[in-house]
Amino acid sequence: MKITFAPEEILQTIEMVENENLDIRTITMGINLLDCVDEISRMEEKIYAKITRYAGRLVEVGEQLAARYGIPIINKRVAVTPVAMLGSRLGTADLVRIARTLDKAAKAVGINFIGGYSALVHKGFTDSDRMLIDSIPEALAATEFVCSSVNIGSTKSGINMDAVLKMGEVILESAKLTAAADGIAAAKLVVFCNAPEDNPFMAGAFHGPGEPECVINVGVSGPGVVANVVRRNPGADLGELANLIKRTAFKITRMGELIGRAASRELNVPFGIVDLSLAPTPAIGDSVAEILENMGLERCGTHGTTAALALLNDAVKKGGAMASSHVGGLSGAFIPVSEDSGMVRAVESGALSLDKLEAMTCVCSVGLDMIALPGDVGAETIAAIIADEAAIGMVNKKTTAVRVIPAIGKKAGERVEFGGLLGGATVMDVHPFSAADFVRRGGRIPAPITSLAN
Amino acid sequence: METGKQSNRVIVTVLGKDQIGIIAWVAGRLAEYNANILDISQTIVREFFTMIMIVDLSPATIEVAELAKLLAEEGQERRLQVNVQHEDVFAYMHRI
Repeated sequence: MKITFAPEEILQTIEMVENENLDIRTITMGINLLDCVDEISRMEEKIYAKITRYAGRLVEVGEQLAARYGIPIINKRVAVTPVAMLGSRLGTADLVRIARTLDKAAKAVGINFIGGYSALVHKGFTDSDRMLIDSIPEALAATEFVCSSVNIGSTKSGINMDAVLKMGEVILESAKLTAAADGIAAAKLVVFCNAPEDNPFMAGAFHGPGEPECVINVGVSGPGVVANVVRRNPGADLGELANLIKRTAFKITRMGELIGRAASRELNVPFGIVDLSLAPTPAIGDSVAEILENMGLERCGTHGTTAALALLNDAVKKGGAMASSHVGGLSGAFIPVSEDSGMVRAVESGALSLDKLEAMTCVCSVGLDMIALPGDVGAETIAAIIADEAAIGMVNKKTTAVRVIPAIGKKAGERVEFGGLLGGATVMDVHPFSAADFVRRGGRIPAPITSLAN
Repeated sequence: METGKQSNRVIVTVLGKDQIGIIAWVAGRLAEYNANILDISQTIVREFFTMIMIVDLSPATIEVAELAKLLAEEGQERRLQVNVQHEDVFAYMHRI
């Protein structure tokens, strides 16, 4: 048995992990809960039993794999069937009980988030959807690990503007209920257009209706690795640079593929997809903004940022797609503000505005993410922000999302802290002019002509 | 990628300043736990002393995680960085 790897290759892998924050961001197990529908207390029992049975070994297996391969696996998580699909007999109080059950199950299996307190209302509400959405603020405030998402639009169906306005109110209410913790409940709530059914990343993960009984999806990371590649090649033209990023993305994604397959084997659960997103963390050097700055921008957010991000996002996809048998989820560069130290710095220095972030979301995954808004922001303004973002997703046939946190009692320029992977950020300003009459018109924005593909 | 699916081979990497007895120390520890060294290479890469060993843990009385922890800790005392990783990591990352 000869060593078949060059020392340089082995050292490169080790350096990626030791110095460049290469890790597997999440192994997320999707679990179908449709068979748990029953009267409320039976349903609580069934849900708890099913999650703890399926995901009982998830954390243990994650830790084993991290040790075997020497690659950190940061998060182990569970995504469940959108809870709104579990039946219209549940009132809001019952739904909050379900949220508490999910929370309890998450705690029992040792995961750090459970997603799927969700509703898909892109074309309209069922009674159950309405109940669920009404219960979101209380459910998120009453739980620690539960994440919620609502899909309010799609390329095929247009944008449900009644849902958009409602979500503006729900986000505001969620922040108010957890004002003492800087509105943390709103950080666990995502509003989507074109939500993927197999996204492993929180807070938007849910187990879509087209998914199997149980599935393992993996989200990779690695902005630090890409940032270093870009930094080390100041002389490369943009074509060469794209190629270097592609190669790096390939290697990062291969780790996701390896871990996903291994987890699937160990847990005896089918392997779904690798989500090849570049997901930053608040750690220094693990920043997407830093990649863009290393490309030659003085600060992320200045002119040229959208072009640089477009190059990065495309190269990551091209490299990643070759590395995995099944790519899915969100798969693109994330640009959350509070979770990315470079983005926070760009906001603080006045280089990055909400409008520029919106423009950036046209060319990358996912949307306006982890952005703190002034505490006196109105529900209509949040709704208008959601509508803009959803329109970008709808027209461009891509996933867009909004996860904004109204910082109750704070103004633009002040800091909020969410802690852990969620980080902290400076409150960003919104436009002072009202969009209330527009968003209050309600109804649906029709699907674009490009959706007629048949 | 089917290679190594059932294998229990790990790559032990030792990085740091050259010093007497590195191989003796690692090999001694591996022998203690009945791990079989299949190949060793030693080289200087980017000014670092680098030793790479391919080790079969099938007959061994120690798990990869435990071995990794032990060698990393003892390595630290010698100012050496020691990594133990299943070979699939490198196969996946660098081979198609």
